[in-house]
Amino acid sequence: MTANQVNSFRTGPDERGHFGIYGGRFVAETLMPNILELEAAYAAAKADPAYQKEMDHHLAHFVGRPSPLYFAERLTQKFGGAKIYFKREDLNHTGAHKVNNVTGQIMLAWRMGKKRILAETGAGMHGVATATLCATFGLPCIVYMGAVDVERQQPNVLRMKMLGAEVRPVTSGSHTLKDAMNEALRDWVTNVSDTFYCIGTVAGPHPYPAMVRDFQCIIGNETRAQMQEAEGRLPDSLVACIGGGSNAMGLFHPFLDDRSVEIYGVEAAGHGIPSGQHAASVAGGRPGVLHGNRTYLLTDADGQIIEAHSISAGLDYPGIGPEHAWLNDMGRVKFLSATDDEAVAAFQLCSQLEGIIPALEPAHALARVFDLAVQKPKDHLMVVNMSGRGDKDLDSVAAFLESKKK
Amino acid sequence: MSTRIEKRFAALKTEGRAALVTFTMSGDPDYATSLELAKALPKAGADLIELGMPFTDPMADGVAIQAAGLRALKGGQTLIKTLAMVRDFRKDNDDTPIVLMGYYNPIYIYGVNKFLVDAKAAGVDGLIVVDLPPEEDVELCLPALKAGLNFIRLATPTTDDKRLPAVLNNTSGFVYYVSIAGITGSAAPDVGKVSAAVERIKRHTQLPVAVGFGVRNADSARAIAAGADGVVVGSALIDVLRANLDADGKAGPNLVKAVTDLVSEIARGVRSAAKVAAK
Repeated sequence: MTANQVNSFRTGPDERGHFGIYGGRFVAETLMPNILELEAAYAAAKADPAYQKEMDHHLAHFVGRPSPLYFAERLTQKFGGAKIYFKREDLNHTGAHKVNNVTGQIMLAWRMGKKRILAETGAGMHGVATATLCATFGLPCIVYMGAVDVERQQPNVLRMKMLGAEVRPVTSGSHTLKDAMNEALRDWVTNVSDTFYCIGTVAGPHPYPAMVRDFQCIIGNETRAQMQEAEGRLPDSLVACIGGGSNAMGLFHPFLDDRSVEIYGVEAAGHGIPSGQHAASVAGGRPGVLHGNRTYLLTDADGQIIEAHSISAGLDYPGIGPEHAWLNDMGRVKFLSATDDEAVAAFQLCSQLEGIIPALEPAHALARVFDLAVQKPKDHLMVVNMSGRGDKDLDSVAAFLESKKK
Repeated sequence: MSTRIEKRFAALKTEGRAALVTFTMSGDPDYATSLELAKALPKAGADLIELGMPFTDPMADGVAIQAAGLRALKGGQTLIKTLAMVRDFRKDNDDTPIVLMGYYNPIYIYGVNKFLVDAKAAGVDGLIVVDLPPEEDVELCLPALKAGLNFIRLATPTTDDKRLPAVLNNTSGFVYYVSIAGITGSAAPDVGKVSAAVERIKRHTQLPVAVGFGVRNADSARAIAAGADGVVVGSALIDVLRANLDADGKAGPNLVKAVTDLVSEIARGVRSAAKVAAK
């Protein structure tokens, strides 16, 4: 099936959680009853106007939504092409888009009577958001974080601890995000009855990919209304970075059926795709099964998972959300990539020209925005998801630049 | 058509005792040692052999089995070599059932149909794939049954009566009851609760029920065997194997003997159990 043969890109997943061949529920039997319970609880909450009303309240008064759609005038002038807009998710309370999803999930955990919250985190933004919501709801919070990430994202580790969360460094496997997710799943299997697992991206077993997407769609829905107000029409293109892909899915999904809107996802190319040291699952991977879903994965010929590499802890994951995998195969989203070097260059340029220090994750998107913008006419409206702020990355970037001098 | 697994459980039922099922990781710490160990297990008292297919990301396993898988991978083990090991084992043992246990991605990447043909030809009798619940039966379970392999499903304390029929439907060979909600190598289960759970499962199926997780020695094996058709021991064997590695992670001189000694001890426990389950 190709893009021209479907009526809508927004109807997935099917009742078993599949987006084409992707998605599904590949988990141990111990977890299945919980996953089915979660699916039913989410369906009930979604249909309950009181739940939506409470969420709107939290998002407005605690998170600070709507986030602005900001015209990046000096970057636009520099490249002389498309008008570049930033969707300012970095201005949300906790500093990234992650809080949109966490608000929905912690409210759901509360409704379900769960007494203990688990999360995995890479860059720490999802961990911080989960720790924050757990503080406001008075729920104990355990965050699994790869030992490598604990090291390179110290500011977020300190934030989580200050918020009362327990951060458990993970020393199995590659000591990064995938291992944190393994460890969170092991904890969940062990403490299945009272524990809610708050997954931070559009991946994992059904219903997570669809549920997290629904919570993040506020990004694209606001963008549509804000662009209408600013320019009187739809944007012409959307660009977002993709690790698991929740910020990207949130921006993209409301526009999937507007065929005039070009959509670009940017994966982390690390030291470059040919080097083998990257986190670009679509460009350098193949369909496989991990962490509850079938999707594009970095996997070798024996089916072992290859360790991802990226300077960005938030993109350092060997897979991608299953709906992204499907949108890639359907040709609706075009997947690009940016290297560590390109992301750091974009990080510096955006800081110096716009007065906005981006997180290293959206800096990958910016790297491709710069060369896409040049190719477009001046009336082309391009939106990039500024998915998080870069305070957490200052040490990593300084160390990277120092190592380049040598 | 009757598989080696079905024949073995039928024979043990006649004998009036539970089966001892051992789990070791194929290729841990290297191919030759792992094969030698597998060949020695039946003589030590193993009635069925589970061989782990190593995987980088074993989400339902504790540290002992995680480390075993990583040692095997470091030693160059692959799914191709695991099948080769089964062929080598079958050269002088045609009656001990072999069950491959692991995660789906290596099989999926190998190619499901090719894997089933090669596994059957190698002498594999059954499969346990941890991350394939009944909801995903079309992936591997149904093709495996069609290929003449048993597909053994895990039932857990969270599998309630409402869900049990779905779990048992399409399960064959035996049912593997995971005695605790947790990962492999966890604390010992409450024996009374385990036999009650086995009784509950048996109300829904004619299949034998083997119990795993938390069996570490002859005493715990004896206690579990009294209320089940089989006892699975894994992490305890792997702990002994690890204790017999040298500083470089290579097999020490007593490795196979140390592991099989524990298997013999546990086998005595299983064989001395008062038969409750057989009634």
